[in-house]
Amino acid sequence: MTREALNQHIQQLKDEVLLLGSMVEEATLRAVDALRQRDIEASEQIIEDDMQINEKRFAIENAILILIATQQPMAHDLRLLAAILEVDSELERMADYAKGIAKTVIRMGDAQVAVPMREIASMADKGINMLHQALGAFITENAAQAYQIPKQDDEVDALYVKGYRLMVSAMVANPESIDHGNYVIWVLHNLERLADRVTNICERTVFICTGELLELATNDEDDEGEAESDE
Amino acid sequence: MSDINSSIKDSKVRNLQMAVLSVGKGSQSEETGIAEIKMQTVDLDFFYGKFKALAQINLSIQAKQITAIIGPSGCGKSTLLRAFNRMNDLVPHARVEGKILLDNQDIYAPGVDVVDIRRRVGMVFQRPNPFPMSIYDNVAYGPRLYGINKRATLNEIVEKSLRQSALWDEVKDKLNQSGMSISGGQQQRLCIARALAVEPDVVLMDEPASALDPVSTLKIEDLMQTLKLSYTIVIVTHNMQQAARVSDFTAFMMIDANRAGTLVEFGKTPQIFTNPKNKQTEEYVTGRFG
Repeated sequence: MTREALNQHIQQLKDEVLLLGSMVEEATLRAVDALRQRDIEASEQIIEDDMQINEKRFAIENAILILIATQQPMAHDLRLLAAILEVDSELERMADYAKGIAKTVIRMGDAQVAVPMREIASMADKGINMLHQALGAFITENAAQAYQIPKQDDEVDALYVKGYRLMVSAMVANPESIDHGNYVIWVLHNLERLADRVTNICERTVFICTGELLELATNDEDDEGEAESDE
Repeated sequence: MSDINSSIKDSKVRNLQMAVLSVGKGSQSEETGIAEIKMQTVDLDFFYGKFKALAQINLSIQAKQITAIIGPSGCGKSTLLRAFNRMNDLVPHARVEGKILLDNQDIYAPGVDVVDIRRRVGMVFQRPNPFPMSIYDNVAYGPRLYGINKRATLNEIVEKSLRQSALWDEVKDKLNQSGMSISGGQQQRLCIARALAVEPDVVLMDEPASALDPVSTLKIEDLMQTLKLSYTIVIVTHNMQQAARVSDFTAFMMIDANRAGTLVEFGKTPQIFTNPKNKQTEEYVTGRFG
């Protein structure tokens, strides 16, 4: 078999994507934990560690550009590299959601806020679980699995709606909590968006396998009002 | 066009060809995106004596587009290209079965004037092969063969052909110098000018840039983009990146179990290089062949 060098580089890139994915998963779970504990110090650490995720993202992007320039990949190789570029950027954005949650914890300080922690933790678990499956399907190029994963997004959306309603009721009952309550809604929104972005990874898996760029249905057409509380 | 065409003895044949041209339009556009077929092989088999070099080639060449033929060495690319203007007639014991249509007329049919076919389907080879004569005479060679001797007309044809091959500005002050005195890249463009001087419909290019440096290669590739506005181009190349850069359609050939060249996949170039349908094409374009 020819193209050993290209094969090796592609395998390394896949490993790097999995590593970046695990960094995102860890950051998200740590952010939710920091929210649960209202741990400012841990939140600051999450924000600092996000730099490493950004660096990893750029390193992967750079490696892909070099491979395209030096190896002239075609067909499946080209689709795979283009897909990794896209997934690389999706993962970095997901990490920004985790960073956004950490920032929210810092903003809330020690204010008394009713946080729907059960919904938030469950959203994070389901979203990370989806991400884990999606990256597995991506690396193994399993289109059939990639088609199935976005369907789980409905559960995350339902939890979002439940958490959102709880927060609105709490804010109506206690208007003084509106500022901080709003921060909590940002947290819910970030986790909801994280699960949405998993769908994009699944779309790229289908693209690698079939060459088709399809929108995979999640029953969630509302992508507006993207608030990451990051800026 | 008029100078050359009027010198062709049997203009009735040409008129007939023009008339049937419209018949071929759009006949297979759904699958391949081809709008107007200029040349077409129909169940083409090609033999060198008892050896079958091409088997059942069915390929359509779209008018005023660039079609690249790619494939590993020995797959019959050049044999197929040379069949398009009957250059293979010169090979002893070479034999064709099936048809090759040019404007819907079988170029291998009895009574077809081979000289006329080769005028309408010109060829450029791998190594620049200018004749050992002046730049001017190289370009004027073909038109003179067809009986054009008026100096003013020849001047016009030489200038037009050299302009079309993007060589005029570089040689206009030394037209009397030997065609062998200019650089390899310039010689290749001179050979293209020589092919264009007899106003062909189709230009066949057999590895036209493989003996050239990178800058000369890119000049030839740029030139091809201009030429396709007026001519139908078929190029055989080993350089897949070149095929991807220059062509509109790509045909991938391989040898079958009997070592005969077959057409494995044909499609628009972007599709062949980003999402080939055939596993063998995929292996070849990704470099995982053999």
